[in-house]
Amino acid sequence: MAFRSAVITFPGSNCDRDMAVALENVSGTAPIRVWHGDAALPDGLDFIALPGGFSYGDYLRSGAMAARSPIMQAVVEAAGRGVPVLGVCNGFQVLTEAQLLPGALMRNAGQTFICREVALIVENDSSIFTGGYRKGQTIRIPVAHHDGNYFASDDVLDRLEGEGQVAFRYAEKCNGSRRDIAGVLNEQGNVLGMMPHPERAVETIHNGTDGRALFENAIKGLVAA
Amino acid sequence: MSEITPETVAAHGLNQEEYDRVLNALGREPNLVELGIFSVMWSEHCSYKSSRFHLKKLPTKAPWVICGPGENAGVIDIGDGQAAIFKMESHNHPSYIEPYQGAATGVGGILRDVFTMGARPVANLNALRFGRPDHPKMKHLVQGVVSGIGGYGNCVGVPTVGGETNFHKAYDGNILVNAMTVGVADQDKIFYSAATGTGNPIVYVGSKTGRDGIHGATMASADFDEKSDEKRPTVQVGDPFTEKLLIEACLELMATDAIVAIQDMGAAGLTSSSVEMASKGEVGIRLDMNMVPCREEGMTPYEMMLSESQERMLMVLKPGKEKMAEDIFRKWELDFAIIGEVTDTGRMELTFNGETVCDIPLAPLADDAPEYDRPHVKTPKREALVDVPESTDIASDLTKLMGTPDLASRKWIWEQYDSQVGADTMQKSGGDAAVVRVHGTRKALAMSTDCTPRYCYADPYEGGKQAVAETYRNISAVGGRPLAVTNCLNFANPERPEIMGQFVGCLEGMSEACIELDYPIVSGNVSLYNESKATGGGSAILPTPAIGGVGLLEDHSKMATIAFKNEGDAILVIGGENNAHLGQSIFLRDLHGREEGPAPHVDLSVERKAGELVRKLIADGALSAVHDCADGGIAVAVAEMALAGKIGAQIGMPADQTSPAGFFFGEDQGRYVVSTNDALPVIEAVEGAGLTVVLLGQTGGDAIQISADEARSSVALATLRDASESFFRDWMEG
Repeated sequence: MAFRSAVITFPGSNCDRDMAVALENVSGTAPIRVWHGDAALPDGLDFIALPGGFSYGDYLRSGAMAARSPIMQAVVEAAGRGVPVLGVCNGFQVLTEAQLLPGALMRNAGQTFICREVALIVENDSSIFTGGYRKGQTIRIPVAHHDGNYFASDDVLDRLEGEGQVAFRYAEKCNGSRRDIAGVLNEQGNVLGMMPHPERAVETIHNGTDGRALFENAIKGLVAA
Repeated sequence: MSEITPETVAAHGLNQEEYDRVLNALGREPNLVELGIFSVMWSEHCSYKSSRFHLKKLPTKAPWVICGPGENAGVIDIGDGQAAIFKMESHNHPSYIEPYQGAATGVGGILRDVFTMGARPVANLNALRFGRPDHPKMKHLVQGVVSGIGGYGNCVGVPTVGGETNFHKAYDGNILVNAMTVGVADQDKIFYSAATGTGNPIVYVGSKTGRDGIHGATMASADFDEKSDEKRPTVQVGDPFTEKLLIEACLELMATDAIVAIQDMGAAGLTSSSVEMASKGEVGIRLDMNMVPCREEGMTPYEMMLSESQERMLMVLKPGKEKMAEDIFRKWELDFAIIGEVTDTGRMELTFNGETVCDIPLAPLADDAPEYDRPHVKTPKREALVDVPESTDIASDLTKLMGTPDLASRKWIWEQYDSQVGADTMQKSGGDAAVVRVHGTRKALAMSTDCTPRYCYADPYEGGKQAVAETYRNISAVGGRPLAVTNCLNFANPERPEIMGQFVGCLEGMSEACIELDYPIVSGNVSLYNESKATGGGSAILPTPAIGGVGLLEDHSKMATIAFKNEGDAILVIGGENNAHLGQSIFLRDLHGREEGPAPHVDLSVERKAGELVRKLIADGALSAVHDCADGGIAVAVAEMALAGKIGAQIGMPADQTSPAGFFFGEDQGRYVVSTNDALPVIEAVEGAGLTVVLLGQTGGDAIQISADEARSSVALATLRDASESFFRDWMEG
């Protein structure tokens, strides 16, 4: 059966097309494009992506206003039913603001926007998103953000680490994130938020294709199930 | 009682002769609104009154040019029914006064020029000139400009993929911020600005009008002085979030057939957009100022007409399409207001609270605009260099050069720009040209901004040629066929004959190069009065005609990069002759403190032949790396290729060369450094084309080892990398 995915567009999203292209490139099926003002998601989704960008111009706090968009109620419900939800960059910020993931993303420690390819260490290789990697593997994926400095209290961080919810860690100095966390999973493992952009590391024209395995594994797992 | 006093006229930047033209055009005294409109339309910024006479002489045509200068941006054919639309524009004065907003709104403005014509913007580039790094204001200016460019471009989701940055004391009091946008459109969906159709509705969309930026265009048309800080309120404030919505809303509406004409509100805001649309269409225009969406209460028609609030567009719609268009703009949470209609009067009529507040004939606004053939004197030829310094340790001098402000790595700058959004970027800053795939095709656009102001200052004619030739070379070096250029002509006060002489000389050189290289100019912008007494310098900037070139790769899989790929590849210098030209070189200036000698000569027939040959060799897969040989000469080119590929090199001076410094650091033009794993066919091809080829050495190891006659020197790549990256790191983080 065809892979049925959706990419949500908020006002100010700017990686929505890139995410859709990556999903189509890997799965062979174009995702459904969903407008933030819609009240409901299409039926029978296998996968939901919240793309990068500057929803509402990052005004108030990155992701804060988008998290209160009408569609987010439906995304929260779908996540609760176990539908995989991937949030990249601004999408990660929206997921924390919507409290689908713990913690918050603050301004980069160096105060400047950072766009570069970074080395990541895979910390979890058992989720639907990360099963295509090996634990401890180093992969290279670009980041491009101003607010990627992950913060959570020590209690929360200990719990995340204990439960295997840290998906990726920066292998180099990046944005000041606590414990170098680059991506986190929810307890059930069906929601992943990450600052690096896997959709920018999918095709041969990109600098590398280390992001491809994330999409491939999600699609493989879902089509098999 | 007249409200127009001589002081009012002078405050609007019009001289007596120009004011007499206004009186003549109207047949009566203008009111304040009318005077304001004439003043901005006849400002240097909008009327090009000092430059128009010379701009007319530029070559603008080629079979692939769809639209040359005169519209919002230039349009060229890139095959398959697609077009590239692009332009470069300055935002110099605002960026000096308020660097973040000045640079940000510069990016916003040039983006609008491109998507106004129906293109989705796919790449931003820039050309920046700053003063001495140790000038007390400069760190703040660099930080502000870079974060402003990033803050805007990153948010709108257009990758910033290339640019150039120079430092020179001549820019201490007047930095240059030139921004370029390239977009892609379908040829059957290109939109122009000529208003037509009596009775058609005129629609205002985007942000509301505020009191910001009033008289920005007039400010951009005068010298800077000690009081320039007081002009901060004339700097506009950008909102890239609204711009992003505006792009999407406009492109959504453009996919329908509702639009007759469209124009962004840039410099001189509602005035210039409405006047230009009506003038181009040879129609009249009537606007009800009460309908203009305003940010503040109590705004007067004068303020509304002269505001330079950002993120606004003016459109003429087909009748009956208003509702559909409004729904699109409402969906994107943008203002939409029908503010007037096209008329057949040939006049611009504005009403406010039921009264006519402006009624002027449009033809004289354009036709009677002042045009000056200002006096100009030719820049004297520079004397040949005497006492040419030699280098006794090439590796050590190379290391020093790699750490100079003009040659150091710009990573600190471009890591603050999202260079990859769109997921089509194939080469970003750090190589020769930037390369962005045309989405969903095998094609890619190659783009480069270039100018060497120190050459232009020493010899405007050769410098003008060189700026064009360097973009041609950079585009060829990635395998792209150079198609056309845009320009941003930054000069000082044109009322001084020596400055006007620089302008005329540079234009002649550019013109010559564009003709010889079949590389027409399709859009551009002029920024004059770039001089400042603000820092006690009283100084003019160096003549800086920045060129933005655009080329096409038919098959992006053939693209070349500067990085060495393999150990043991041969390294060749191909193209122009190696004449050890050290006049105006970085070596002479930065290591010996001498800004002397003639600029290098540009042989355009060599440029053309070398470019064609390099492109053919790249297409045939004969080269493993290619790099334009420019600032710093052969040694710097090799070092950059080695650093990019993390592979060292052993290079030596050929026996027929006499000066190590001249050979390794000379800045002769028309040359490329290339690497190949099969040198013989490449050498034969170069000689067959009647060009010069030198076998320089081979790749390998983790150092650059250099031999010149009996002398040997060497520097580790790690040392070079540290030298290259230390300049910005130490300056910004130290």
